[in-house]
Amino acid sequence: MIFEWHVARRFLREGRTQTTLILTGVAVGVGTIIFLSALITGLQESIIERTLGNQAHIVVRPAEDVPRAVGGNPEAAGGPRVIRPPQKIRAVQRWQQVAAALAAEPGVIAVAPTVNGPAFALRGDGTKAVAIRGLDPKGYSAIVDLEQRIVAGTLGITGFQAVIGVELAKNLGIVVGDKLRLLVGDGTTAIYTVNGLIDIGNKDLNERWVLIPLRAAQTLFGLEGGVSTIEVKVNEIFTAQAIAARMSQTTGLDAESWMTSNGQLLVGLRSQASSSIMIQTFVVLAVALGIASVLAVSVVQKSKEIGIMMAFGTSRAKILRIFLLQGGAVGLVGSLGGVLLGVGLGAFFAGLVRNPDGSSTFPVELRGALYLRAAAVATITGLLAAVIPARRAASLDPAVTIRG
Amino acid sequence: MAEALIIDGVTKSYGTEVVTLALRGIDLAVAAGEFIALTGPSGSGKSTLLNLIGLLDRPTTGRIHLDGTETGTLDAEGLARFRGRRIGFVFQFHHLLPEFTALENVMLPAFADEGRISEETRRTAVRLLEEVGLSDRADYKPSQLSGGQQQRVAIARALARSPALLLADEPTGNLDQESGDQVFRLLRRLNVERRITCVIVTHDDRLAERCDRNVHLVDGRVDFDKQVRGVG
Ligand SMILES: Nc1ncnc2c1ncn2[C@@H]1O[C@H](COP(=O)(O)OP(=O)(O)OP(=O)(O)O)[C@@H](O)[C@H]1O
Ligand SMILES: [Mg+2]
Repeated sequence: MIFEWHVARRFLREGRTQTTLILTGVAVGVGTIIFLSALITGLQESIIERTLGNQAHIVVRPAEDVPRAVGGNPEAAGGPRVIRPPQKIRAVQRWQQVAAALAAEPGVIAVAPTVNGPAFALRGDGTKAVAIRGLDPKGYSAIVDLEQRIVAGTLGITGFQAVIGVELAKNLGIVVGDKLRLLVGDGTTAIYTVNGLIDIGNKDLNERWVLIPLRAAQTLFGLEGGVSTIEVKVNEIFTAQAIAARMSQTTGLDAESWMTSNGQLLVGLRSQASSSIMIQTFVVLAVALGIASVLAVSVVQKSKEIGIMMAFGTSRAKILRIFLLQGGAVGLVGSLGGVLLGVGLGAFFAGLVRNPDGSSTFPVELRGALYLRAAAVATITGLLAAVIPARRAASLDPAVTIRG
Repeated sequence: MAEALIIDGVTKSYGTEVVTLALRGIDLAVAAGEFIALTGPSGSGKSTLLNLIGLLDRPTTGRIHLDGTETGTLDAEGLARFRGRRIGFVFQFHHLLPEFTALENVMLPAFADEGRISEETRRTAVRLLEEVGLSDRADYKPSQLSGGQQQRVAIARALARSPALLLADEPTGNLDQESGDQVFRLLRRLNVERRITCVIVTHDDRLAERCDRNVHLVDGRVDFDKQVRGVG
């Protein structure tokens, strides 16, 4: 192999212009792939992070009551009437056992009970429909990190203290320390002190969320000791769907993963990923064609030399390897340039527009594994692209090439 | 004297639809150490015959024995190895590899065969360049050498593996008379000193007269085969 490698290297080095051009081509291709992958990965991760920054991976709640037929006599005119039971806040039966069972599921890293329900927030003349989230801030932080989203005051709530969304605060003219009256469906009211403001990263939620202690919510909704939902965090976000399905099956409760509740988003992410893969495939194809055509020309140009090498005893297998190696080497060396190019492009774009907090608005995820993968793809592409020219070279007839 | 080369009823035809009969039946026996001029008009089959002897191509019919080996029995790998170790080629257009220096060109056949450049290979190559009078050009690329110099490097390369048989297709055809003479004298000297069997295609009757034997082809057949003066 040393001989083949030596000759391949010399051929590449002496064909300077061609080699430079094709190396540039490979580098541009690999650079594009790296930059594109880094950008898409970064974008997707930031979208997912934003989505999962304010919701649990899986939400488990009591199954909806099955509508029951009333009227007894199906033969009666008009058939049976179907009546839905009145929607009230329903509790998870024996939630402590359920929570323990859910926590024991493989892949689950945290569970936390919550009491969620609708209410009105009243202040002066203002009335707003709000969503009560009764939770234990400490325990719930294992599911969603609320602490870092607090923009005023603190998350620490006990007794009649609440944390509310920033938009809600603005709408009602509330600042930290102000009082807020909550009214629930059955007429129960309670007065809370606003202890903190939270920016959940979503305008709708910011207008509606009111966080109060779990116990307070139980009282408010008349669920003493009960909870309405159990929220779950898993270690691999894309396994949430499967885990949720398993949970429904074992507990008989309704378990919904973020992947179901964000179906649209997931479709969007998938099509983004597949268009990125398509672009990368075309880039790889273009690189392969480039390498193949340069080597094909080189084989024609060097056919005499190939004949001479055969005349002095070089086997066809060696000739084949000389050209395969050239393809592989062009792929590998070009991809090193491509890595530099991709990193440069990524750094450039990342530095282009910055958020006020200094983080980049262009979330470019550059990683070592990506470089390795790109270099491997380029090298293998080079080798494969070289197959046809190399076979041509190895099948040349020395008697003919030397005569020509 | 031992037979270095036996050609036995060899024919060669080219093409399938339009068939060209390049060789129509050649029988020839060459003794070890002979210095043969292969002459004949253009298209008479000289290069074809030389390529067959050099195992660059296979005859359509007939057999070629080299050093007692029936070469028809060798596979492609075997032919390549045989070529590399036993046969040296010199062509009209020298055909050095332009990417490599003179010294590297001379070392390539051994490098290709052994996969490395041994000290022995290097020493032999240096000595051969000395022998062809080009020690001071060892590190020149072919493009920096004159035609005669390139041809002498090609001869050094042909000799690098101490072949038993040296084949040269118009080695002086592309050179002026003086460098042509120089190259011819070099070949003759190597033939005498090393007892290498040589078959040289030439159009130059003056050179043919200075070989041991002159085989003249016409239209794919041996027209005459005569001993000549045989003085270097
Ligand atoms: N690859 C080939 N395909 C078809 N015909 C060929 C081929 N090689 C040689 N020939 C034919 O074979 C005949 C002999 O060719 P060859 O090259 O051996 O002649 P030559 O004696 O070397 O001539 P010259 O002195 O011009 O070199 C010619 O008629 C030529 O056209
Ligand atoms: Mg000829």
